[in-house]
Amino acid sequence: MSDSPRALGAPAVRREGRDKVTGTARYAAEHTAPGCLYGWIVPATVPTGRVTAIRTAGALAVPGVHTVLTHDNAPRLKEPDDPILAVLQDDRVPHRGWPVALVLAESLESARAGADAVYVEYATTEHDVVLTGDHPGLYTPKEANGGHPALRERGDAMSAFDAAPVRIDATYTLRGLHNHPMEPHASTARWADGHLTVHDSSQGSTAVRNSLATALGLDRDRITVISEHVGGGFGSKGTPRPQAVLAAMAARHTGHPVQLALPRRYMAAIVGHRAPTLQRVRLGADRDGVLSSVSHEIVTHTSRIKEFVEQAAVPARVMYASPHSRTEHRVAALDVPSPSWMRAPGEASGMYALESAMDELACALGIDPVELRLRNEPRTEPDSGLPFSSRNLTACLSEGARRFGWSDRDPRPAARQEGPRLLGTGVASATYPVLVSKAAASAQAAPDGSYRVGVNATDIGTGARTVLAQIAASVLDTPPDNVTIDIGSSDLPTAPVAGGSSGTASWGSAVHKAATTLVRRLAEHSGPLPPEGIGVTVDTGEETAQEPPYARHAFGAHFAEVAVDSLTGEVRVRRLLGVYAAGRILNSRTARSQFIGGMVMGLGMALTEGSTMDPAFGDFTESDLASYHVPSCADVPDIQAHWLDEDDPHLNPMGSKGIGEIGTVGTAAAIGNAVRHATGARLRELSLTPDKLLPYLP
Amino acid sequence: MAATPGITDAEEAHVPNPVDRSTFTLYVNGTERTLTLDHRTTVLDALREHLGLTGAKKGCDHGQCGACTVLVDGRRANSCLLLAVAQEDAHITTVEGLAEGDRLHPLQRAFLERDALQCGYCTPGQICSAVGMLREAEDGFPSHATPRTALAGEGPAPLGADEIRERMSGNLCRCGAYPRIVDAIEDVAP
Repeated sequence: MSDSPRALGAPAVRREGRDKVTGTARYAAEHTAPGCLYGWIVPATVPTGRVTAIRTAGALAVPGVHTVLTHDNAPRLKEPDDPILAVLQDDRVPHRGWPVALVLAESLESARAGADAVYVEYATTEHDVVLTGDHPGLYTPKEANGGHPALRERGDAMSAFDAAPVRIDATYTLRGLHNHPMEPHASTARWADGHLTVHDSSQGSTAVRNSLATALGLDRDRITVISEHVGGGFGSKGTPRPQAVLAAMAARHTGHPVQLALPRRYMAAIVGHRAPTLQRVRLGADRDGVLSSVSHEIVTHTSRIKEFVEQAAVPARVMYASPHSRTEHRVAALDVPSPSWMRAPGEASGMYALESAMDELACALGIDPVELRLRNEPRTEPDSGLPFSSRNLTACLSEGARRFGWSDRDPRPAARQEGPRLLGTGVASATYPVLVSKAAASAQAAPDGSYRVGVNATDIGTGARTVLAQIAASVLDTPPDNVTIDIGSSDLPTAPVAGGSSGTASWGSAVHKAATTLVRRLAEHSGPLPPEGIGVTVDTGEETAQEPPYARHAFGAHFAEVAVDSLTGEVRVRRLLGVYAAGRILNSRTARSQFIGGMVMGLGMALTEGSTMDPAFGDFTESDLASYHVPSCADVPDIQAHWLDEDDPHLNPMGSKGIGEIGTVGTAAAIGNAVRHATGARLRELSLTPDKLLPYLP
Repeated sequence: MAATPGITDAEEAHVPNPVDRSTFTLYVNGTERTLTLDHRTTVLDALREHLGLTGAKKGCDHGQCGACTVLVDGRRANSCLLLAVAQEDAHITTVEGLAEGDRLHPLQRAFLERDALQCGYCTPGQICSAVGMLREAEDGFPSHATPRTALAGEGPAPLGADEIRERMSGNLCRCGAYPRIVDAIEDVAP
């Protein structure tokens, strides 16, 4: 079946755009029902220990307060599938910010005042919240996030490193990072006739529905979770979060609808974070820059209640040819909030270190950093030995260099000056794996010639509705406007989360199959359609169960130009340019927005964002948007995203790779390398704030 | 004596007086709305929880993100930082009040055409902020990016991309739509 060229790849305007610019798109906390109670969490104010007493009389005396739930009186849950969801079940405090009570009141004002009036006593125990490279609690887990083995060894990386004529041995430090989607996590829950309906700000409402069913001990068909519009997630809404459990529990307990939105300051402790990493990279090469040894060792933290290991050494298993390699993750469980996914977990953090080290090697050898990468291009995936389904990193580097004007670059550091500003340029590679999960979808043909497609996809800002309509329309050979798309409810055919840059591949494969099956059914049908139309429901269980005999990854190249103020130490990015090879781009308008958005988050990682664990209080010091600096409009200059046509038959029916995360991956390293070029100073700790730069400036 | 007298004191200290309420009028998107509200209620919560206007968003509730931006008597403001009772008789325009019937405001149209949004949560605040910002520039308000040689009050401030970026930096967008937001505003700016 030929895909209609007018549908796939076209710059279709996002379907829900009008609702968003007019303010009519409703998010999870915007379904206030009559009789609604507002929830307000009371977070633990100690880093570790036990709650010895909670006095709620003061809170209950606040006018408008209806109920206070604590571990003493909250409904009992079954064991949740994620330990972070076991809220108000016992007296333990695993970290500061853990919810110890929930106040329910008739207004937001009363709920907040009530939460302030809850008096909690604790028995504290000594806490341990600071990650160090030699922490005695460090261990090698079995797996890192994504199911990757924690340790992989090929050849003898240490001996090869020792024998190499040119060696780079550098340790890079990344502080914690926070996702901070603009919409705080929120749930509105109501019970009616034995059925629970939850509007939840999540990246996948099927997963939330299933978690709630487990935690509440309910059949899944008694729960509907709706995530119609979601104000960003970046991983933090990829797994069910405590507010959904608390709202559902409270609604059932009180008999009222309950709306619970997290205050911004509470998010850092409750919704996951990118864990800090200490990353030692050792590269051994010959005098031509050809690598003989690559080793990347990660030290990171997790919480006491859940093991999450940022898989930052995994990209080194993909990127460059080397006969000897060692990639290892070690983790220490501390009294800290549970880390989780943040845009490109593993790749964004790991590629900062690896791509900085490659730049160090290029500088040590006097080889152009683009050329150095070209010299280490592997024939097969270094770790697995599998052939790549497609790999166009070198084309991205070459095309990016051409567009950026890289060939004119004077490689000497601190050679370009403009008044008090030092100018420099840098490059880094990017990679992100092709992931796909099983999904189901339905497709329906109506007698009037229109179509309706249903799949529980979630649009967190990607334009999922739009691209799924394009996919369906391409198969049905009809204009996309003739296809209605239903997404965002767990009552629709089951689908995985918007995460791992896999949404479009997973949902789109199911939609493509449903549409293809429907076309076949329609061809078999003669005469007019019945009034109810003809419909099919399919899933991709069979297709996704097969492990393809290929290494499948998207690749990209990032180029940055910076100006460093030699008087203040301020770094300003002047230009960012990304070139990507990510299979077929299905909607050029929304894809460009995602690539650029990823690069903006990488710019924040490089220059403005960073979270400090307070050793005394066990708290993230930068817990609001006044102290945790996400990039603002004035921080973001000329940014360009380009892509190469990539025809890869080993992906999915659309020929697409994921695009939601790769924009973030190489950006921080490219900026750091540009700062080194501008100033001569090699900083190995992000973010590149003036206090770190000033000591190195003239 | 209570077993833990200190706690009793603390509890008593936390109990506020009975809720103070007032009845007053706001003119919201041109419509007179008389409300009886808790004095602690912000304009943002009045709009969202009492008037069913959820276009203005709550991103931080502390004036740090700009998602709640509305126009108060024609000037942009963070509605989360304004107590509603203190805005008696003010004219408030939210994102819901910008279009004329089905005809979108030029900035709304430009945001759509430029794809200047992704998740959409900051978008109403961005658009209201842009409306207010264009008016400020028209009225000759300088910004940090305005050259010192250009004195305030001598006619409209010219709006290049740097001026727009500076003037729009009170509205955070975590999806990183800034380049497109600047394009969209440039399309509409005189």
